[in-house]
Amino acid sequence: MNKDCLPGLYVHVPFCMSKCPYCDFFSVPTPSLIPEWLKAVDREASLYNGRFSRFDSLYLGGGTPSLLGEQELSTLMEGLFHRFRFSTDSELTIECNPDDITDPMAALFRDLGFNRVSLGVQSFDDRELRFLGRRHDSLQAERAFDHFRRFGFDNVGIDLMYGLPGQAESNWLKTLGRAMALEPDHLSCYQLTIADHTPFGRLRDEGRLTPMGEETERAFFLLTAEYLTAQGYIHYEISNFAKGKECMCRHNWKYWRRTPYLGLGPSAHSFTQGERWWNPKSLSDYCERLIEGLRPAEESERLSPDQEYLEWLSLGFRTKEGLDSARLLEHPRADKTLKELRDSGLVICENERVIPTLKGFLVADSLPLLFC
Amino acid sequence: MVQIRNFSIIAHIDHGKSTLADRLIQHAGLVTEREFRNQILDTMDIERERGITIKSQTVTLPYKDKNGTSFALNLIDTPGHVDFSYEVSRALASCEGVLLLVDASQGVQAQTLANLYMAMEHDLEIIPVINKIDLPSADIERAREQIETELGLDGEGAILCSAKDGIGIEDVLEAIAQHIPPPRDRIDAPLSALIFDAHYDPFRGTIISCRVFDGTLRPGDTIRFMSNGAVYKVEEVGFFRIQREPRPSLSAGEVGYIISGIKTVSDTRVGDTVTRDTHPAPAPLPGFKEVKPVVFSSIYPIASDEYLDLADALEKYKLNDAALTYQKDTSAALGQGFRCGFLGLLHLEIVQQRLEREYDQSFLMTVPSVRYRFTLEDGSNVTVDNPQYYPDPATIRTTEEPFIRASILIPERYMGAVMTLCMERRGVNSRFSYPTPGRIEINAEMPLSEVIVDFYDKLKTVTQGYGSFDYDLIDYRESDLVKLDILVNSEKVDALSIIVHRDRAREWGVRACDRLKKEIPRHQFKIAIQGAIGGKIISRSTITPFRKDVTAKCYGGDITRKRKLLEKQKKGKKRMKMVGSVMIPQGAFVAVLKSENE
Repeated sequence: MNKDCLPGLYVHVPFCMSKCPYCDFFSVPTPSLIPEWLKAVDREASLYNGRFSRFDSLYLGGGTPSLLGEQELSTLMEGLFHRFRFSTDSELTIECNPDDITDPMAALFRDLGFNRVSLGVQSFDDRELRFLGRRHDSLQAERAFDHFRRFGFDNVGIDLMYGLPGQAESNWLKTLGRAMALEPDHLSCYQLTIADHTPFGRLRDEGRLTPMGEETERAFFLLTAEYLTAQGYIHYEISNFAKGKECMCRHNWKYWRRTPYLGLGPSAHSFTQGERWWNPKSLSDYCERLIEGLRPAEESERLSPDQEYLEWLSLGFRTKEGLDSARLLEHPRADKTLKELRDSGLVICENERVIPTLKGFLVADSLPLLFC
Repeated sequence: MVQIRNFSIIAHIDHGKSTLADRLIQHAGLVTEREFRNQILDTMDIERERGITIKSQTVTLPYKDKNGTSFALNLIDTPGHVDFSYEVSRALASCEGVLLLVDASQGVQAQTLANLYMAMEHDLEIIPVINKIDLPSADIERAREQIETELGLDGEGAILCSAKDGIGIEDVLEAIAQHIPPPRDRIDAPLSALIFDAHYDPFRGTIISCRVFDGTLRPGDTIRFMSNGAVYKVEEVGFFRIQREPRPSLSAGEVGYIISGIKTVSDTRVGDTVTRDTHPAPAPLPGFKEVKPVVFSSIYPIASDEYLDLADALEKYKLNDAALTYQKDTSAALGQGFRCGFLGLLHLEIVQQRLEREYDQSFLMTVPSVRYRFTLEDGSNVTVDNPQYYPDPATIRTTEEPFIRASILIPERYMGAVMTLCMERRGVNSRFSYPTPGRIEINAEMPLSEVIVDFYDKLKTVTQGYGSFDYDLIDYRESDLVKLDILVNSEKVDALSIIVHRDRAREWGVRACDRLKKEIPRHQFKIAIQGAIGGKIISRSTITPFRKDVTAKCYGGDITRKRKLLEKQKKGKKRMKMVGSVMIPQGAFVAVLKSENE
């Protein structure tokens, strides 16, 4: 199961033209700072090239990586390939906004070695796109997808968002239908989560935005899973679907399997050898520290065996890989609890693994609590 | 020659006993104004809050009367609650007289009567004192009349005072000196001293409070406790001022303390007679009995790893409270704990609050139980105070439970409501008397089990605070009792089992199911809560499972955020109790035990 023992590399591109009102990730609307950021990333990479010698995945996330110009992106990639070694079959993903994509861009990505694209479509309903504060419309999204196919990308994923306040099931099905027409290799379907300290969060607190109720959310989640499964997709993680095993996102698996990864750029998280650290959510702090020759990590922690166990639990219940039964059964009374979960149809036990069912996915946040 | 007077103050709760005691101490000059704080005698928080005295303290007051004669007035303080009536009786046995305090606005109450009867049993001189005459609502004439008609004492001669404002204090002291008879002087007889209290001092061990009836006691003497023959060497004797004041001896008629290297308060028994080992008294002083707990409850630490802390706290607490009994107890739901025995419900509350406040313990307490008696088919008898040990119903021939005689004093207008309450609580043989126009005294025989949960709170509610309540244990009577179990997903929550009268079982079962339903959070699966007698389900409720709680996204590689949330939940879970796979919060246990109107 653990073919992916090589670590993954994540680079956070913290620039956006505008901030979407639901987004909880770190970004700034000042592309003029890109050169400074590029230098800092290179410096940071140089701090870790001893500790991380070889990767088999790269994920360029954001922010908006597709906002980088040709020269900037080339410089970044050259730098990374200079600092680190990548195995020949590496998965190299770039996140894109549909409105940034042109034929030359698609060609550039291909030429720089990217072999996987994650397209931030979110919806094929233009009204919903405006509500979500997106710059593109549904046609642009379809066109961007075509660009990639035309330039030979055979692993293109689409990000969608559902469970918007007041959204009708029929609307969501229309979006799914238009996505299906494109035959994407991968789909991430995220239920809208309203985070504090975002514009949506404030609207919610003011009572001007009502999140979907538990039962409706549940119905949407099941609908999504059942629809995509019927279309032949593998529901391999709470929010992720792949056309086939080979289309699952190798890089994301590393997060869920607790495989080491290095994160470069502001707000990026890293994990290796029982240690986690993360960079400040501030571009200036991040750059300044590197200029001073310091490691930019804002905080780090060494995991205790208890903490390792908790992570293993909470991540395991989120994927179709599930958890190793033997390890789970080490917890006192786990056999009884497991039996109850099986009887309630929340997990199945198969090949010495405890695997959450679709119903189990629905309550994956609280399952770990039963074993700790 | 200093004259001795030994006296107590007796009163209904909140009639101002402690305030008067403080005034007397202040008047005697034992404390300066600066040291004076309200209610010197009541030093425990809970006493201050509830306005009652729990742990009695004693003090010797110097006094010079109008003629210039010097007196040593020994004020023997008494606990003000029925749970401690035996302690009160031993304190009274150490006196020659009492001040009977009556609140000028409230008049005679249930405990005023109960205390009066006790004082009369000990043949004490009784001086009626009307307190709180400063209150706007004071009705001195009515109080005088009640003292005449209800108590049969001299109402016109009652002393008027306001302890709070310091009015009439001199009159009170003068009355003690002039009206209370001096103790009999039998210094040459063999030593006999009555233990009426004991408390623990971390440096000196047990400090015995005693009244010497015969003979003299000196440091170096070897003394013997007549109840168990235990022998100790006296290290120190003395008087109580505010601090202890060592003396060369304690002689007949005097009241003071003995220190003799006794480790715990439990090694001494209130009511026991102290005599000299080599030249003992021919017989112990009358009235000794061993105090037995009547109310039982189990306590369990909130977190199971706090068990040893709780054990330690109980051991320390027990040093100062001989009346508390405890032994190890184990519950499948709550883990290791202790089964405790108490003198009554107030005693239970005191122990609970002191363990929480002074010993910083957090624990759960099960529904209080009384001690039941079972006669089995094979003719043998068993007593059970813990529902866990309820005998197999098939083997039970008869079941008995303790009954009390309740004495309830109320304004007439609450009669209906109080009678209803008594009937609900299975009261029988009610009798009424009308001590004064407008007021009724109800005497009813009731099962003790019916008054230990929330009877007093209920009484206070239905009488808007005007009802007063007192009781005596009378006997054991046959009752139709059953054991009610609470099941959570078919698992018995042993800590919630109770022994209850068959007619009251359903009501209790329904209440427990409803409250658990409110308190137990939704789980991933359905939770059935049932009340059962044997295999028969008599009540039930269901908690529907929650259906979705998953968050869409792990934020990139930020696993820490998710783990920290889980760590927090795990911590919360530590404070929950597992029954099968169901997490039951502490609050659920508490809620089941609470009375309805809370």
